[in-house]
Amino acid sequence: MSDKPLSASETAIGLLKRAGRWQIWEIALWLIAIAMIFVLPSKMLILTEITILGLFAVSLDLILGYAGIVSLGHTAFFGLGAYVAGIFARDYFSEPVTGLLVAGVVSGLFGFATSFLVLRGSDLTRLMTTFGVAMLLAELANQAAWLTGGADGLSGVTITPILGLFEFDLWGRNGYIYALVVLMVLTFIARRIVNSPYGLSLKAIKRNPVRAAMLGISPTRRIVAVYTIAAAYAGIAGALLAQTTSFVSPDVLAFHRSADVLLVLVIGGTGYLYGGIFGAIIFTVLRDWLSVITPQYWMFWIGLILIIIVMVGPERITRWQAFLPGSARAERLKARKAAEDVR
Amino acid sequence: MITRRLFIATTMVAALAATPSLAQDVVKIGLVLPMTGPFASTGRQVEAGVRAYMALHGDTAGGKKIEVVLRDDAGTADQTRRIAQELVVNEGVSMLMGFGLTPLAMSVAPVLNQAKIPAIITSATTSAIMKQSEYFVRTSMAGPQSAVPVATWAVENGLKRVVTLVTDYGPGHDIEKGFTDQFKKEGGEIVEAVRVPLQNPDFAPFLQRVRDAKPDAIFVFVPSGVGSVFMKQFADRGLADAGIKLIATGDVTDDDLLNAIGDPALGVITGHFYSANHDSPENKAYVEQVKKAANNMRPNFMSVGGYDAMHLAYAALEKTGGDTDGTKLVEAMKGMEWTSPRGSISIDPATRDIVQDIYIREVKKVGDELYNVEFTTYEKIKDPFAAQ
Amino acid sequence: MLTILFDGIAYGMLLFVLACGLSITLGLMNFVNLAHGAFAMAGGYITVIMMNRYGLSFYWCLPAAFLVTALIGVLLERTLYRRLYKSSHLDQVLFSIGLVFMSIAAVDYFMGGQQQLISLPPELRGRFDFFGVGIGRYRLFIIVLCAALTIALQLALTRTRFGSQLRAAVDDGRVARGLGINVSVVFALTFALGSGLAGLGGALGTEILGLDPNFPLKFLIYFMIVVTVGGTSSITGPFVAALLLGIADVAGKYYVPQAGAFIIYGVMILVLILRPHGLFAREGGR
Repeated sequence: MSDKPLSASETAIGLLKRAGRWQIWEIALWLIAIAMIFVLPSKMLILTEITILGLFAVSLDLILGYAGIVSLGHTAFFGLGAYVAGIFARDYFSEPVTGLLVAGVVSGLFGFATSFLVLRGSDLTRLMTTFGVAMLLAELANQAAWLTGGADGLSGVTITPILGLFEFDLWGRNGYIYALVVLMVLTFIARRIVNSPYGLSLKAIKRNPVRAAMLGISPTRRIVAVYTIAAAYAGIAGALLAQTTSFVSPDVLAFHRSADVLLVLVIGGTGYLYGGIFGAIIFTVLRDWLSVITPQYWMFWIGLILIIIVMVGPERITRWQAFLPGSARAERLKARKAAEDVR
Repeated sequence: MITRRLFIATTMVAALAATPSLAQDVVKIGLVLPMTGPFASTGRQVEAGVRAYMALHGDTAGGKKIEVVLRDDAGTADQTRRIAQELVVNEGVSMLMGFGLTPLAMSVAPVLNQAKIPAIITSATTSAIMKQSEYFVRTSMAGPQSAVPVATWAVENGLKRVVTLVTDYGPGHDIEKGFTDQFKKEGGEIVEAVRVPLQNPDFAPFLQRVRDAKPDAIFVFVPSGVGSVFMKQFADRGLADAGIKLIATGDVTDDDLLNAIGDPALGVITGHFYSANHDSPENKAYVEQVKKAANNMRPNFMSVGGYDAMHLAYAALEKTGGDTDGTKLVEAMKGMEWTSPRGSISIDPATRDIVQDIYIREVKKVGDELYNVEFTTYEKIKDPFAAQ
Repeated sequence: MLTILFDGIAYGMLLFVLACGLSITLGLMNFVNLAHGAFAMAGGYITVIMMNRYGLSFYWCLPAAFLVTALIGVLLERTLYRRLYKSSHLDQVLFSIGLVFMSIAAVDYFMGGQQQLISLPPELRGRFDFFGVGIGRYRLFIIVLCAALTIALQLALTRTRFGSQLRAAVDDGRVARGLGINVSVVFALTFALGSGLAGLGGALGTEILGLDPNFPLKFLIYFMIVVTVGGTSSITGPFVAALLLGIADVAGKYYVPQAGAFIIYGVMILVLILRPHGLFAREGGR
């Protein structure tokens, strides 16, 4: 550090920029995901499920990891998206990409409308309001049987080929490709968002809202914005589920989905966007494996794993990605250490 | 783009061609049930029925060895759909079986239509399911099959003013409509129709409402686990003392739970297709086998659905001579008739749905235990909604 | 009409006993324990086992359910919970959800997935008319018992030495420790009390709410509503909230059965919008 006298702020800017740069492991992840189409043709369905769950978790990461809002009702947006996509395809237009956009817009609007509920109060209040909103929607979907099929689920959804070209096949191959493309596009956009000055200001709010406000960052507008974006993402994930299964069951709004996505995100680690995707991979593979071995009691082992994660400390488990080559986090750790040494 | 489609088409053809050769001597049956979650007891009972059939009748049919692949869907529809699809694509199953709830069955319809593989429904009951796919066959119960005879019986026995109380979901709506239609046709009057939410911890307000309406009888359908809670609260609230009779579908006096409900259940009149007390050699052997294999569990109407589903699968394979082509199997199943532990049943060739006798039963003490004792039979009842 | 009110009060009282343990751990110890329902379930299953397998009287089961569950509570507190007092709420949520999953699977393994039922002693069954109001005996029993418990609890927390020690330990653990209060023992005892009450509630609720392995998840919602709406700073808050919830729920189902479930969630969201810290929060409450 001695050869660069004005390095403190330069290093900081450099590191901030660095965080937005493409990492080797990121590229590797996407390449592996694409390679799966050819390597594991028999596992397309579970891969699709992972992709959808991953997207859902990424959307939660936007509000939890970047804005610090704990939600127990994130599935409200997921379920809304699923229903909108399902009803849209059944009654209006069955081309999936259009349905995806419609579902995203509707969920986003709903997220915007309900974002004002999470602005006030403590963690607990937020947990309960988000949760309450999800339960209200679930009840609504159950009651409005004329529109949603009620407790029987929304059936009779036929999805025409994607962009009129690719049909959803029984092997789930096109379904996977479709979901993967959506996930990639949305993750790239999310990446741009969180690495922009706006994303950094969100992190400042998460650390300390009062200080952020004093620095001239208004928390309200930023939180509303990110909540809306996250809701739209979750809606699109729900729409993907509805389209790839051509069915919507009322449990898309059930509590266990909100809990699951939270688990997924924590397993993978919050605040770096890919946590949701890694978590989805680990969670789904684990659950599938356990439920084949012990169809009745797999929940026990999931619970145990969860407790172990918390006990050991999620940071310690997710820190592995800091050791990936060229990781921004590794650089930051190194810089921090250097700074301490100087002191 | 054309090359890609061509590629997929060729792989599909290749895989389809490969399936029969794989399944030369083994026929796999995919059993998808909720083994965890709120409906786990359904899964447990159906599995017991399936295992009992295999224990009693061996594991070969039509010259093929039968292998059952059990998977848990936790009662979540998208899991059911994925598992069913994977069983078809990866495990090469020739038949699917199970499906605990209506949405779970509904969700696999697209898979069946695409893969042309029969699915035997062992539990889900709503009428609407059967229309979703030509490949659904049912061995549990068709919509409000058990409610209609109860309505007839009620009018014949002088119960003219009735309040209905059903759980607010698909099967509940079916049964409410089935009962109400028949009851009105016979000249009865429905005083009030109460629907209780699926997730309902306390029946008190609903029962109070019924009590205040002062009907001759209350007709009830609630899923079996909740049914036992309902029974106790019914007795506690003194509705019987107020001169209100309880009539119900057999879900409420589930054989599996009847002894635990205890005395409050005595004298309750229900209509259903199966009682563990049914007097026939088939049923005796069956009950004994289930008790032996499953820790003294008494089989209920759900497990008999699993048992008969296996019978249907075996019989269909015998008929096709071991041919596992899905369309041929469904054709073979249509019109099949046999004697089940519940009595004589058949598969309606037009709707692929079950046709069965419905018994009116009363809860009585037999020895030390409570049983649903059958006393009147309404023969060959079809799904009343299928014609509409 | 009055019967409905009576039923509502009984239901609310039951909810309160089930949830007040949670309000203690959450409000006083600031720990989000979503596994609270698992303790209630433990109490319920203890009752079922004692009554159905060993034929013991229902009245013996109630204290036993309290004690055994409290013991389980202490055990878990000493081994696991205490490590998480300083952790983030998110960690606590995850940990307790994990515990819920394990308890569901374990109960399923040992007891099976079916509904568990008990037979109450004959004097608690049935109902009688009191000036035209139908009174269920068991519900009356619940009301009396829970009212007594509430008063005892309120006195214990405000008037006894232990109560003041607890409040001191919560307000500032370091100072309390400096004053010679053994904070960790106080916390362990409090936790035991909370889980014991849940166990008692589970035992009482078996008859009315039913009992199966999914109990902790099914009723978690209700507990959380009681605690969040009531605020976590006192016992009276959740008490009033539980009563309101019980009456609103029962009356709602009686008068407008179509909208029953909406009412609860609607009321909860409304209260939380207007008063984010609950109805009876003290100033600057957590």
